[in-house]
Amino acid sequence: MSKLLRQSFVLLLLMTVITGVLYPLLATGVAQLVFPRQANGSLIVKDGKPVGSALIGQSFTDPKYFWGRPSATTPQANNGASSGGSNLGPTNPALTDAAKQRIAALHAADPGNTAPVPVDLVTASGSGLDPEISPAAAQYQLARVAKARGLSTAQVQALLNEYTRGRQLGVLGESRVNVLQLNLALDALQR
Amino acid sequence: MTTNDFLQVGLYLVVLLLLVKPVGSYMALVFAEAPNRVTRFGSRVERGIYRLCGIRDDEAMGWKRYALAMLLFNVLGVLVVYLLQRMQQWLPLNPQHFAAVSPDSAMNTAISFATNTNWQGYAGESTMSYLTQMTGLAVQNFLSAATGIAVLVAVVRGFSRRSSLSIGNFWVDLTRSTLYVLLPLSLLIALLLVSQGVVQNFKSYVDVPVVQTTSYTETVKDAAGNALKDAAGHDVTKETPVTIQTLPMGPAASQIAIKMLGTNGGGFFNANSAHPYENPTPFSNFIEMLAIFLVPGGLCYMFGVQVGDRRQGWAILATMLVIFIPLTIGLVAAEQAGNPALHGLAVDAHASALQAGGNMEGKETRFGIASSGLFAAITTAASCGAVNAMHDSLTPLGGLVPMWLMQLGEVIFGGVGSGLYGMLAFAVVAVFIAGLMVGRTPEYLGKKIEAYEMKMASLAVLLPCALVVIGTAIAVMVPAGVAGIANPGAHGFSEILYAVSSASNNNGSAFGGLSANTPFWNVLLGICMFLARFPLAIAMLAMAGSLAAKRHVPESAGTLPTHTPLFVTLLACVVIVVGALTFLPALALGPIAESLMSGH
Repeated sequence: MSKLLRQSFVLLLLMTVITGVLYPLLATGVAQLVFPRQANGSLIVKDGKPVGSALIGQSFTDPKYFWGRPSATTPQANNGASSGGSNLGPTNPALTDAAKQRIAALHAADPGNTAPVPVDLVTASGSGLDPEISPAAAQYQLARVAKARGLSTAQVQALLNEYTRGRQLGVLGESRVNVLQLNLALDALQR
Repeated sequence: MTTNDFLQVGLYLVVLLLLVKPVGSYMALVFAEAPNRVTRFGSRVERGIYRLCGIRDDEAMGWKRYALAMLLFNVLGVLVVYLLQRMQQWLPLNPQHFAAVSPDSAMNTAISFATNTNWQGYAGESTMSYLTQMTGLAVQNFLSAATGIAVLVAVVRGFSRRSSLSIGNFWVDLTRSTLYVLLPLSLLIALLLVSQGVVQNFKSYVDVPVVQTTSYTETVKDAAGNALKDAAGHDVTKETPVTIQTLPMGPAASQIAIKMLGTNGGGFFNANSAHPYENPTPFSNFIEMLAIFLVPGGLCYMFGVQVGDRRQGWAILATMLVIFIPLTIGLVAAEQAGNPALHGLAVDAHASALQAGGNMEGKETRFGIASSGLFAAITTAASCGAVNAMHDSLTPLGGLVPMWLMQLGEVIFGGVGSGLYGMLAFAVVAVFIAGLMVGRTPEYLGKKIEAYEMKMASLAVLLPCALVVIGTAIAVMVPAGVAGIANPGAHGFSEILYAVSSASNNNGSAFGGLSANTPFWNVLLGICMFLARFPLAIAMLAMAGSLAAKRHVPESAGTLPTHTPLFVTLLACVVIVVGALTFLPALALGPIAESLMSGH
């Protein structure tokens, strides 16, 4: 028993050094050397300063911006320090109420738009930090954004096409639009 | 379901099946008795470790000594992870200055990671220092997975050895699992994940200015936590502007790689694999899904090699797929059909070239329905428990599938090692039932199955079932248990049933609305996780000890062949019948009741 205990203790110590220290250090070293941008959070840098991450969604409520997925993080939406979903069950009335509020907000920002709202714009994402919306959700907001900015829909459509990504390798996941990058590109267009 | 939904599921299965043989053959070499090109390659490091620990790698352990070593090593791991969490505020690599974790949460988390469950009552990015994550949690990710593989290898030796008193050496099996199997694959997966955008650094969290300043409103509370009221009796509210966003950092990729590969599932961040820094692209998602089934699938092939008949391994794998594929299709179809509660609103939930449609609550845009549904089935068929969508927000029937996959005993691929030894317990029960039908002494892989083996196999099959049913009953009877419920109605019961099913089968995923970071839940689930892991493993080792000592029975006309479609059907039926008979009443009160009510 005491021999087994001693063996357990030393083996645990050695394994901690190997898998808990050497392995993450080696992974970090190689990652920083080969993929420095990705390993450090895929930051978007403007004028030498980080203005966000291409992977982490930000909140937009102004009609001149494309809005991202609703976020259930607290206390504020898209709280990078506290990820998570709403965890509302499918039959919970709070889920339907939240959807109604989001539809009302979209209608208030764009009263003329009577098209049905794409489902990803009325449902909270899993992480609360989803950086992307579906092309359908972007298309739904396009006329509003163009009008608020005094741009032609063709100009906004051209940018939207540029920032739309198809399924990865043609089959995996879904087509999507990065909201922060698209909004930054819109701002840059008019600067 | 859309064509693309089928394509994504099909592609996954094809790539997985292509990898089963190479990974399985490699592991067969790692655990081969005779030295070979694989074990010679790392023999220097291996020998160095044994020398420092005072381990004799030629010591042949009987099942009792093997089980004792396994138990001591794991309990020691629990203590170390507990202490690391309690002392992290004084230790280095804590750039966010997180305080010590509470005693009940720390104990729950320590048991959770040492039992390969990775149930998480805490939120990673706001609780754990980098040191705790790296040297506590990630280390247990490796060692609990290695323990599972070691126990499996010992159980297989029970079948393959003849008239032997030993089932191997725990230290050697554990060390080889870690050094030869888990470490190299983890490093490869970690780098693939970083290439897609998973973070891997030791920086403090980064604050960035947001593009549009927004604000949020909250009610003001007094020192006692009660909402302040104004003269008219309304809550006093305060509006706070949001001008910066905090981006979490850390050595995430290295931990996420082993979290998937070792079927652990504990997220670096709270949102787990839904978090864009933990699973940034559909390709990283594909890699993570492959990593979950890679070792459990490969072990089936290795099992075939080690018992000297590869068809036996394929038969077990076929049984797993026979159950896995229809349930996966059911889950994806339920999610693609969407949530009837939104049907009356002006919402477009139809799948098209421009959107995934379906039930998107709790799901990420990049994954849509197919990549989320497939992930949910994989992570609960295996005892991984990582999530890339919030299971609490799945449709009623979409949520039933992951719950039931766990309740089947985590034998459909299951945990690394533990899934296959659990399935072997079911196989022993299946040959026993077949033996009863024709009135012959049952045998499996040339070993007679007698009363002792049946006792141990029954224990292994029934223990998790009993834990789920009894644990759920306790939780719904006690106010402290019901207090955790977040959603009203039948779904609230589902949250409790899911939590206890997850802990009692060492899965670790959750219907996350449940507030489980309370003393009651931490203790209840801690006990469930511990009892589901170690007594079950010890029962299987006892069976292995008994089998190893037996002589080989030559095949005769009365032997039931166990590599045929007939046996695959029989085994699948045993697994399903046990799971259905035990859990149908409970499922009727939860997801089935909710499904019948939804849309009305």
